[in-house]
Amino acid sequence: MRNFTSLLFSGGLAFLLLVLASQLPFGNPVMLLGGEIIQAAPDEVGTANLVAAVLLAYRGIDTLGELAILFTATAAVGLILGRAHASKAVHQDKDSGFITTRGSDLMMPLLIIVGFYIIFYGHLTPGGGFQGGVILAIAFFLPVLTRPGSKVDHGMITIIEGLAGAGFIMIGLWAMLYGKPFLQPFFDTFLGNSTLGSLWSAGTLPLLYLAVGLKVGAELAGLLVTIAEAPAVAEATAHTTEAQAVSETAKVEYK
Amino acid sequence: MIWIVSIVVFIMLAAALAVLLLPNMLSAVAASSVVSLALAVLFALMKAPDVAMTEAAIGAGLSSLLLAMGLRRLGLWKLDED
Repeated sequence: MRNFTSLLFSGGLAFLLLVLASQLPFGNPVMLLGGEIIQAAPDEVGTANLVAAVLLAYRGIDTLGELAILFTATAAVGLILGRAHASKAVHQDKDSGFITTRGSDLMMPLLIIVGFYIIFYGHLTPGGGFQGGVILAIAFFLPVLTRPGSKVDHGMITIIEGLAGAGFIMIGLWAMLYGKPFLQPFFDTFLGNSTLGSLWSAGTLPLLYLAVGLKVGAELAGLLVTIAEAPAVAEATAHTTEAQAVSETAKVEYK
Repeated sequence: MIWIVSIVVFIMLAAALAVLLLPNMLSAVAASSVVSLALAVLFALMKAPDVAMTEAAIGAGLSSLLLAMGLRRLGLWKLDED
């Protein structure tokens, strides 16, 4: 019976979606703004990579929302798996062998260079803060993966994350000093070079991308390190069975 | 062009089936990473390099790493069949 109900539900949902999809004109862009943004972006924002112009200039507040979502998610993971358990965690994992550790030592600086390159050239070539940030996070996580016992400075990660997030918002407020809307990239005498395609162009947009990249990198590195430092579930169940035993003896004593 | 796309889509479908059918969890995670990597190739072929980079970095790299760490935490990290 339950199978029949769920089949009916899926069939109805598929029918509704099919009706909606058949009404849409195929091959015509639904959003009418795209063409105008492509026309206006090189003059207004000055980025060679139009995706960066849309992400940080035309939809900057969406990016702020994405950063807020990422922050909430990592904060929740840190809250659940964080400090209280980390102090109890005993690392019995050994180093993962000569080839893996030396390989990660070789890979880490290369990954850092690639990550920063993708962040700094985000307004010129495909890429940007999010992609480069993820690569940075993986670069800083590699040593933890290959040497499980090594210490990680959580305070430093938190400081970088907080400074980058604050920097993003401060650049947004800085634009308001010049009478621009919040978070709009702007040119002034210092950041005035608007030559399309040069590294120091597009006003404050590269600074915004740098803030995004550092924030994403620090957050994801902290998330991965927190998950890696959390005790395996075998230890956790050992704790819970102890707790159950204690509570059962307490019940017996109560009786 | 259409042949390359067909081969990539075939690899994607085969890897997605492998995720469902493989008995070893760790190899299933690796197969899901192959799905994301093939999807990144498709995005690059469709002239969306930004999305392709995001998919390769997050889909193939980070989420597989997260799934693997989750396996380790749940005690399912086994390289050999029992």
